[in-house]
Amino acid sequence: MDRLRDKIFPVTAILAGLVVVWYVAAVLMNAPFQRDLNQRGGVTVTTSEFIGQTLSQPKPTVPAPHQVVSNVFENTFLRKITSNRSLVYHSWVTLSSTVLGFAFGTALGILIAVGIVHIKALDRSLMPWIIASQTIPILAIAPMIIVVLAAVNVTGLIPKAMISTYLSFFPVAVGMVKGLRSPEIMHLDLMHTYNATRAQIFWKLRVPASVPFLFASMKVAVAASLVGAIVGELPTGAVAGIGSKLLAGAYYSQTIDMWAALVAGSVVAVILVSLVGLAGRLVERGMGARPA
Amino acid sequence: MRWFKPSWQPLLAVVLCIGAGILGPMSAPEAAALADPTATLPYPWLGSKGFIFDLIIVGAALSMMRIPPLAAAFVLFVCGHAAVWLLLSGITGFEGTALLPFYLAIAAAWLLAWRCVTILSELEMPAGPARTLVRLVIPAIFGAWLLIVWEAVVRGAGIPFILLPPPSAIGARIATSLPILAADVRQTIFKAVLFGYVVGCASGFAAAVLADRFVFLRRGLLPIGNMVSALPIIGVAPIMVMWFGFDWHSKAAVVIIMTFFPMLVNTVTGLAASGHMERDLMRTYASDYWQTLFKLRLPAAAPFIFNALKINSTLALIGAIVAEFFGTPVVGMGFRISTEVGRMNIDMVWAEIAVAALAGSLFYGVVALIERAATFWHPSVRGG
Repeated sequence: MDRLRDKIFPVTAILAGLVVVWYVAAVLMNAPFQRDLNQRGGVTVTTSEFIGQTLSQPKPTVPAPHQVVSNVFENTFLRKITSNRSLVYHSWVTLSSTVLGFAFGTALGILIAVGIVHIKALDRSLMPWIIASQTIPILAIAPMIIVVLAAVNVTGLIPKAMISTYLSFFPVAVGMVKGLRSPEIMHLDLMHTYNATRAQIFWKLRVPASVPFLFASMKVAVAASLVGAIVGELPTGAVAGIGSKLLAGAYYSQTIDMWAALVAGSVVAVILVSLVGLAGRLVERGMGARPA
Repeated sequence: MRWFKPSWQPLLAVVLCIGAGILGPMSAPEAAALADPTATLPYPWLGSKGFIFDLIIVGAALSMMRIPPLAAAFVLFVCGHAAVWLLLSGITGFEGTALLPFYLAIAAAWLLAWRCVTILSELEMPAGPARTLVRLVIPAIFGAWLLIVWEAVVRGAGIPFILLPPPSAIGARIATSLPILAADVRQTIFKAVLFGYVVGCASGFAAAVLADRFVFLRRGLLPIGNMVSALPIIGVAPIMVMWFGFDWHSKAAVVIIMTFFPMLVNTVTGLAASGHMERDLMRTYASDYWQTLFKLRLPAAAPFIFNALKINSTLALIGAIVAEFFGTPVVGMGFRISTEVGRMNIDMVWAEIAVAALAGSLFYGVVALIERAATFWHPSVRGG
């Protein structure tokens, strides 16, 4: 019951509030166009009919929640998965490059972190550049990278995955440096008294200590990697994926499609983050961590 | 052997130089000239080839003497960079003709620089301006070598300009198109980014204080905020462009949405950071909610708030530039990037990226400096 009172009720209340605000905004933002339309058509309608009309335009400025939900439902469950109007198909395309980029990024991040922790020259020279690398708006040049790579016949999954890699290595590298350095001096000294080699200290002390940090930063990394994949699909070259769906919606003013694509992206994000969280909990339990 | 102190980087550099010498010609024209000694063909490094190898070998040898570490680092720095400067300036006019020995020589010079960085980072120095200088020089050498390797590979292998221009060409482009770059920066950063950043952070902060005042709001907003921070918010960019038009207002709207939630989540976490003891102390002083907020909890939350400000500084730039892909007036960094890609002016694109990176680093740096000044009491700043 505590959980119901402390968590579920407030969250649902605020979500319900947001939906109400959304409906009001939809009516207000769609009203000028509808009024214009009715005036030209010479139609007079009652207020309630008018509100109904604003909520059922085919290309509204702000689609009403039920329009988005029905579009998502229709394109997810009622279409064949292979159809290129199916959201499942587009999500799958985005998901595959996200996961590939995420895997590369995590591996790269861990490698960099291991180097930084063990080689002092790398620590001093690389760390400032890793931070600086994230101030480069790579997302902004992602479409260009795709176009340039397409010019040298690298197309498909790899270019998008490269952008995801670039975005996802940073949180992992920073988190793992912190994690690998997290063992206390006492523990390190204990390893010294055991006459442990550097490799033994690494595998038996540093790596286990860094696991919670790894999964925390992987959650951030997987979200970043999804953003990278979506933006990577924005250039016109891409024909499938959530990003291209967004761009097509923007070109043809299919606002409902755009919102539906956003919803699909959000669902993928939530699934990915919860999967990483679940994996983290399982690994930690397997290593003997007490549930908090 | 008391005067000799070997280390592997200079040794390997010498080995690479010897290897390059055995392999012979450093470029295709030189090989042609050697094959046909009667003709007087021009080729790169006509007079300087021997000098380059001498520089590297002498530098490597001197650095392994038992001399003060600072002197060794200085010798390595001068010899490595002089050699690589000669190598890069020599290839002008012969782009794309480099052979394996050229890359071996570059690698040898790089090994000298690596040894220099290693010596510098192992120096034990008292705190002061000298140490700050060394701490700045180490990453600067690393960054310079990124550019040097980029330049050497692009010009040595003759990679087409359209794929990847060398850094020197990008620098020249920046110098010749300053007015355009300035106009783009004004449109994107001074209008969209700054306005969106200030409004987004301020409203996120206000929402966090509200959420802190009303428990119900906090319990509802925090899970939503956490979830939203994982969502690809950048996707609202086309919708915002549709709502607010092509000018900077739509970009500012994207920036506001992107910066709102990190600020909200971090501030709420920060407001919970003050300890029970301190809060109890405030109660014994009979201070009311607002006094506790301003005198205890907001200062305690400052590190978290600055963390959000730093995260947001890069997010804001990204949001504004990506939003410009969906429609802009004919000025702006995102607009310039997308049109110049279409016109194959890749050097202009890279110039824009360099400016964006510089602006992003400056923005981040300014926020970090303000943080140091404002949270001088925090252990991570005091260096305790």
